[in-house]
Amino acid sequence: MSDKDFISFSQEQIATMDKIIARYPRSRSAIMPLLHYVQSLDGYVTPRGIEKIAEKLELATAEVTAVSTFYTQYLTKPAGDYHVGVCVNTLCAVMGGDAIYESVSEHLGIGNHEVTKDGKVSLERIECNAACDYAPVVMVNWEFYDNQTPRSVNDLVDAARAGNPPAPTRGPNKLRTWRENSAVLAGLNDGLANEGISAGEASLRGLKIAKDKK
Amino acid sequence: MTKLSPVLSANWDEKDSFTIEGYKRHGGYKAAATALGMEPDAVIQMIKDSGLRGRGGAGFPTGSKWGFIPQGDNKDHYLVVNADESEPGTCKDMPLLLANPHVLVEGIIIASYAIRANHAFIYLRGEVVHVYRRLLQAIEDAYAAGHLGKNIGGKGFDLELTLHAGAGAYICGEETALLDSLEGFRGQPRLRPPFPAIAGLYAKPTVVNNVESIASVPAIINNGLEWFQAMGTEKSKGFTLYSLSGHVENPGQFEAPLGITLREILELSGGIRKGHQLKFWTPGGSSTPIFTAEHLDVPLDYEGVSAAGSMLGTKALQIFDETTCVVRAALRWSEFYKHESCGKCTPCREGTWWLVQMLHDLEAGKGTEADLEKLLDLCDNIAGRSFCALADGAVAPIISSLKYFRDEYLEHQRNGGCPFDPVASTNFAAVNS
Repeated sequence: MSDKDFISFSQEQIATMDKIIARYPRSRSAIMPLLHYVQSLDGYVTPRGIEKIAEKLELATAEVTAVSTFYTQYLTKPAGDYHVGVCVNTLCAVMGGDAIYESVSEHLGIGNHEVTKDGKVSLERIECNAACDYAPVVMVNWEFYDNQTPRSVNDLVDAARAGNPPAPTRGPNKLRTWRENSAVLAGLNDGLANEGISAGEASLRGLKIAKDKK
Repeated sequence: MTKLSPVLSANWDEKDSFTIEGYKRHGGYKAAATALGMEPDAVIQMIKDSGLRGRGGAGFPTGSKWGFIPQGDNKDHYLVVNADESEPGTCKDMPLLLANPHVLVEGIIIASYAIRANHAFIYLRGEVVHVYRRLLQAIEDAYAAGHLGKNIGGKGFDLELTLHAGAGAYICGEETALLDSLEGFRGQPRLRPPFPAIAGLYAKPTVVNNVESIASVPAIINNGLEWFQAMGTEKSKGFTLYSLSGHVENPGQFEAPLGITLREILELSGGIRKGHQLKFWTPGGSSTPIFTAEHLDVPLDYEGVSAAGSMLGTKALQIFDETTCVVRAALRWSEFYKHESCGKCTPCREGTWWLVQMLHDLEAGKGTEADLEKLLDLCDNIAGRSFCALADGAVAPIISSLKYFRDEYLEHQRNGGCPFDPVASTNFAAVNS
């Protein structure tokens, strides 16, 4: 437990929770965005977060924990500022994901679900992230980094640790931290939707061919 | 030679294609206005008549699904869009939502009006933050423009639309698990019947449709039945997104009439990567039995793929060349199903763990020929014995790879390990990375 567990949420934070709950016809449906919101505040699903959600939704803490532990995106210990997911599902693994994972794991000196000592970077072996035409794919804070190599990912984590990560391939102009992006998943608009490209090269492949043939 | 037919992807190359201005420049929200001027039943009939079938994998007729919702029952109805896209190889809905979220919002307005739903939900997988941003902004802009909210277009129709992020569970792509998840529970499938049309979200009549199915609706309303039916084959009408990935020169999204073949898509796109040959491929994600080079001319529609022994699924064409070990591929997919099994049904929960153990040994060259029979027997005790299709998907790559590449499994035993060089199959094999 961190010190946070003894500090209560602010009135503003509680008001945000109420707004999240108000989106749904039944309050229990708000459990997932509330868990994302707790992660944005605390860096993972903290005991105080579980207790507050249970209180708000009139559930037992065990019921909230049961939901939280079912979903892999909810963490039981803090993520790094930059949470790096390397896709090792078949297609990405074959195309180089296995080599990337091995290389970056050795480079950082951490394994699956571990964090560097400086708290900057955490690592996860992830499953298919719906970007197979950009394989091998790496996600940082759940933003797309397309067509990666072992070297590009090692460079990426070095830059992230130095506080200057490259921008996602298909995402905002600047990579936000893991906590900041968790707030987006709770439904809090950060105003960055208009940043970044409409579509990557592979997404446009068929359209370009169709236009060229006309 | 089938020609590509960009409809959903037609404007993705414009810088602001994802904004409401960019969408309206190409006639965005006109279809919603047209539909709101029709009787709801007429909208359902039109989608039924179009022949549009679900693009999320099962291919169930979309209009029929809408028609199952009981009307005049004085109950709340719900529309839930399945944007949980997680089937390995599937990568069409995410680029669609990045480049044009408004087409989904417009489709939701039309579908909700047709089934008399006043609250709709989009269940988006949680691991795609920028897609979430684009959808959230699109929804806010649609509210501001009066396309969502109270008395839409002055026609007396009210609709609330809520965007909901998942949190990394493949099983939530299964419609009843998705509903449990949306209700705030662990995402575990329900026994059917009752089907969602009778008892779905909060036990109320609910339609669950895939992103691409709903996004296809505005174009049908705008262009009419004849236009839509002129594309595709007899029982598989219209256009769809095919996603090409893996060992090809040019991976990507290819929107074409249903029934195009892999040979045609490869010819259009530049073929298998240079100096290599096609070894095996999936027609619709990892849960659809694999194909080989002998299936290059199978029409990629619901009937054609089914007749050839697989399923159209999500039209996720994952291509593997001769450098790829099929045992390794089957093992990795098995590890995925083991990881994603929700644990509700014993055959799936226990069986997927056994599959991984056996495949590990087989890949390491520690198996025997008798193990192959045991593996098939195990598959037989998993498929069809669980609430949902995850278990069926788990055995598909194993049974099909054994069917076409049995000797490659045996070669691992003779060799005392995997005979393949994993470096040769990477896309940086030729470059010094």
